[in-house]
Amino acid sequence: MIVSRQKPFAEILDAIDGSSSVFLVGCTKCATVCKSGGEEEIWQMQEALSSAGFEVTGSLVIDEACHMLRVGRDLRSKQQMVTDAGAIIVMACGAGVQSVSAATSKKTIAALDSLFLGNIRRFGQFEQKCSLCGECLLSRTGGICPVTACAKGILNGPCGGMDNGKCETDPEAPCAWAEIFTQLQEDPDGSMLESYTPPKDYGKLPKPGKLKLAK
Amino acid sequence: MTLEISRLQQKLESGKFVITAEVCPPKGSDCSAFIASAKELAPLVDAVNVTDNQGAHMRISPLAAASLLQRDGIEPIFQLTCRDRNRLALQSDLLGAAALGIKNVLLLTGDHLSCGDHKEAKGVFDLDAVQLIDAASRLCHGEDLAGRKLQGPPSLFIGAAAAPEAEPFELTLFKLRKKIHAGARFFQTQAIFNPAAYRRFQEVMAPQGVKTIAGILILKSAGMARFINANIPGLRIPEEIIAELESASDPRRTGIELACRLAREVQPFCHGIHVMPMGVDEGVGAIVAALSNTSDDKESIPCR
Ligand code: SF4
Ligand code: SF4
Repeated sequence: MIVSRQKPFAEILDAIDGSSSVFLVGCTKCATVCKSGGEEEIWQMQEALSSAGFEVTGSLVIDEACHMLRVGRDLRSKQQMVTDAGAIIVMACGAGVQSVSAATSKKTIAALDSLFLGNIRRFGQFEQKCSLCGECLLSRTGGICPVTACAKGILNGPCGGMDNGKCETDPEAPCAWAEIFTQLQEDPDGSMLESYTPPKDYGKLPKPGKLKLAK
Repeated sequence: MTLEISRLQQKLESGKFVITAEVCPPKGSDCSAFIASAKELAPLVDAVNVTDNQGAHMRISPLAAASLLQRDGIEPIFQLTCRDRNRLALQSDLLGAAALGIKNVLLLTGDHLSCGDHKEAKGVFDLDAVQLIDAASRLCHGEDLAGRKLQGPPSLFIGAAAAPEAEPFELTLFKLRKKIHAGARFFQTQAIFNPAAYRRFQEVMAPQGVKTIAGILILKSAGMARFINANIPGLRIPEEIIAELESASDPRRTGIELACRLAREVQPFCHGIHVMPMGVDEGVGAIVAALSNTSDDKESIPCR
């Protein structure tokens, strides 16, 4: 899931700028799980904005704000409230914000910072395991991602800062390559450790993203 | 562009012991103190390392600084890290170095930005050190990473870093082998404090036919040693050394003596000493003198 965090309230107020009325949009999926844009957070935002003197014309928690057609349809169902608002505050990831901005000509305000694709360790605790690099190397790195878990994302072994199996950026955190090493030592021929990994092909990850999957 | 090999390469390949020392280029465009310091070291050493935004602290371009040394007849070792440049910039800097007459390069991953003074910057790490060494080797063979032919291949003496005291040692070995395989011909190590660990390292490296230059750091005080332990990745100064500095009446002198002792102890197991003077420039001369007094009884694990 996409892990996100609410921006400081002052920053959101800054972005609202000239408008006195707003409409709120949340998401039932990732932003709900992260407690950054579910029913509860929308309600809290509504309270905070009202006490700051804004009129909240209405709100909507969309089932997957990244779903562009659904966002368009749901916003139309609240057309009057949306029309009455000077701006739409979206409490969803950057993808969700852009489903909204694509569906309306209203000023769209991103209330969250989108952080990473996260695994869920336990409730409210997320870990970044994959950074969607476009060319997965996990089969050669013992199922541990160096692109993500190594602070430098390096592909051929530990850097000179590794010590006692810990990372140079954080003496508490394991060096990703120490973990990969331990994992690959169980590899019967040991060839994966020794084999050179060439530079990544960033050409496989066009920017802006153009991948369109259709069945 | 001349095709001769560098003095450092000549000496190492003819089995002679070498001394290198590092000088940190300035934060600013006035290089006079940097050049003065390099000029003072020049008669004592075979080559001077020019560091690249060391510790992720922004400084003048090491290519510019190295070329100033080259112009003044001082042989540089141009350090180049992957942290601040993508593969185009790295390759073009290597070609630029060659065109300026620079031959020795030390190719590194680079300290993480969180160690430095621009923590907000984006780390590049498009290549890692092994891939950069491979890129440099390809350039020397006349083609770039994209497989395109070069107009005049550079002639570079490719060096890499090693951390002989990092644990677990086995974990660092496969990467060292990859560096050698990619084309590293000499290694300059992190500051070492334990000759036995260096010996273990050299035993592994000797059969590979590469040259190793042992890093010796001159410590000024116990405080500095503690600061390094807390802030510099990959360096761990043993408590005994810190205690010795602490009880010394003249810590600066004791620091030099410690460095000389370490250099002498490790000399039989390496092909050269790399001094990191940390501002104690007079220490370089002391180390050179200490080594020349004992240079006859070396030869323990020679390379070939
Ligand atoms: S290599 Fe890492 S970042 Fe790339 S796709 Fe695989 S898990 Fe994700
Ligand atoms: S210590 Fe390990 S995880 Fe940390 S940056 Fe170096 S190689 Fe990556």
